[in-house]
Amino acid sequence: MDFSIIADSFDLYLSGTWVTLQLVLQSLAIGLLLAVPLAIAQVYGPAWLRWLVFAYGYFFRGTPLLVQTFLLYYGSGQFEWIQQLQQDWTFLKQAYGYALIAFALNTAAYTVEILRGAIATMPKGELEAAKACGMSTPLMLRRIVLPNAFRRALPAYSNEVIFMLHGSSIASIVTIVDITGAARLVNAKYYRPYEAFVTAGLIYLVLTLLTVWLFRQVEKRWFVHLRPLGSKP
Amino acid sequence: MFDLHGYGPTIADGAWLTLEVALVSVLISIVLGMAGALARLSKSPVARGIATTYTTLIRGVPDLVLMLLLFFGGQLFLNWIGDLLELEEQIDLSPFTAGVLTIGFIFGAYMAETFRGAMMAVPRGQLEAGHAYGMSGLQVFVRIMLPQMIRYALPGFGNNWLVLLKTTALVSVIGLNDMVNKARFGANATKEPFTFYLVVCLGYLVFTTVSLLLLRWAERRYSLGYERGGR
Repeated sequence: MDFSIIADSFDLYLSGTWVTLQLVLQSLAIGLLLAVPLAIAQVYGPAWLRWLVFAYGYFFRGTPLLVQTFLLYYGSGQFEWIQQLQQDWTFLKQAYGYALIAFALNTAAYTVEILRGAIATMPKGELEAAKACGMSTPLMLRRIVLPNAFRRALPAYSNEVIFMLHGSSIASIVTIVDITGAARLVNAKYYRPYEAFVTAGLIYLVLTLLTVWLFRQVEKRWFVHLRPLGSKP
Repeated sequence: MFDLHGYGPTIADGAWLTLEVALVSVLISIVLGMAGALARLSKSPVARGIATTYTTLIRGVPDLVLMLLLFFGGQLFLNWIGDLLELEEQIDLSPFTAGVLTIGFIFGAYMAETFRGAMMAVPRGQLEAGHAYGMSGLQVFVRIMLPQMIRYALPGFGNNWLVLLKTTALVSVIGLNDMVNKARFGANATKEPFTFYLVVCLGYLVFTTVSLLLLRWAERRYSLGYERGGR
């Protein structure tokens, strides 16, 4: 193995890492913003809305992210109105925009499922206490349900974040030069698959371990009230 | 409902190939998963170390990167072996083999975790009783461990299978003509990509739905004689 070619392509991997981080963080943020209202709708909403959210989740959780990305990126070419939109929204001219939309919709579908489970399994006593205190449903959601649900959803959500980090490698198939994209370029240039892909794998591994560590820190903070008395923080 | 311009049958062929890839890789992953779980529960520190490294490494790296590494790197490796043995002809690594091996290898790591949990849920005393009756290690595994661990492993196995099914779409990237690639041909020829990829989505939804039904049946079948808790 000859890792000097990796040293030569250091900038490429660095910019690739930056693209991956951007793509993952942006899609997670959009996905979470979408998922919170949808999860509330699926527990507290009217039947037709619950059914709609269920159908959305079933579609996005039942099909591969790769095909969803293709559906949006290539599929958009089939419709004239999207091409009209592209005149004004340069965002929709590049692959990045489509990958972002696909990833955000995908992670939102999984996050809805995680949050829905956490909201639906709220201890009944807490809800009754909130009602007895005279809280309206929105106030109860804000003060009682969501803080508790977020806390209990955290371990499952950290898995979803790692899935998204790994899933984002699919962006390299629609021409985006993320970490995997950088590795594919290096492999195409030098035909050195071991060096190229092992380097990419190591970067992902480090990012994964960092994510796990970060969530452990957040969990420590959020679960402070569950720590045994007298134990060190 | 959809006008596929005569591409329907080739997409159906592709769907069959997708199913083949999924079934062969799940078999590999079950074997690797069992080996991994037994290794992690074994007394030998070397076996435990190898199994722990395997499950940690695999779960930290994206499947696409592993697949590309095995596909491109595997061919180089085979060429090297060929040179070493002074073979006349080159051994080719087919996309099917590369894809199936990678997916099986990746999900073996997930299966190992699932199986390990299930094995630990079987009461130790029963295994000891088996040994006390003079059964061999294999007999204890087949007669006592296996029938009982299936019940504990099924929910996790089901999840892994559903994720594996969707991961098979990646084999289209290394040139295997599965459902996704077949749809791409149709999409390119007809300029109707949305229709074609939507059909692929529906194909996957059918696979997922049938799997869910089968898994629910299997879970009920293997929990016969046990009281089901909850709701």
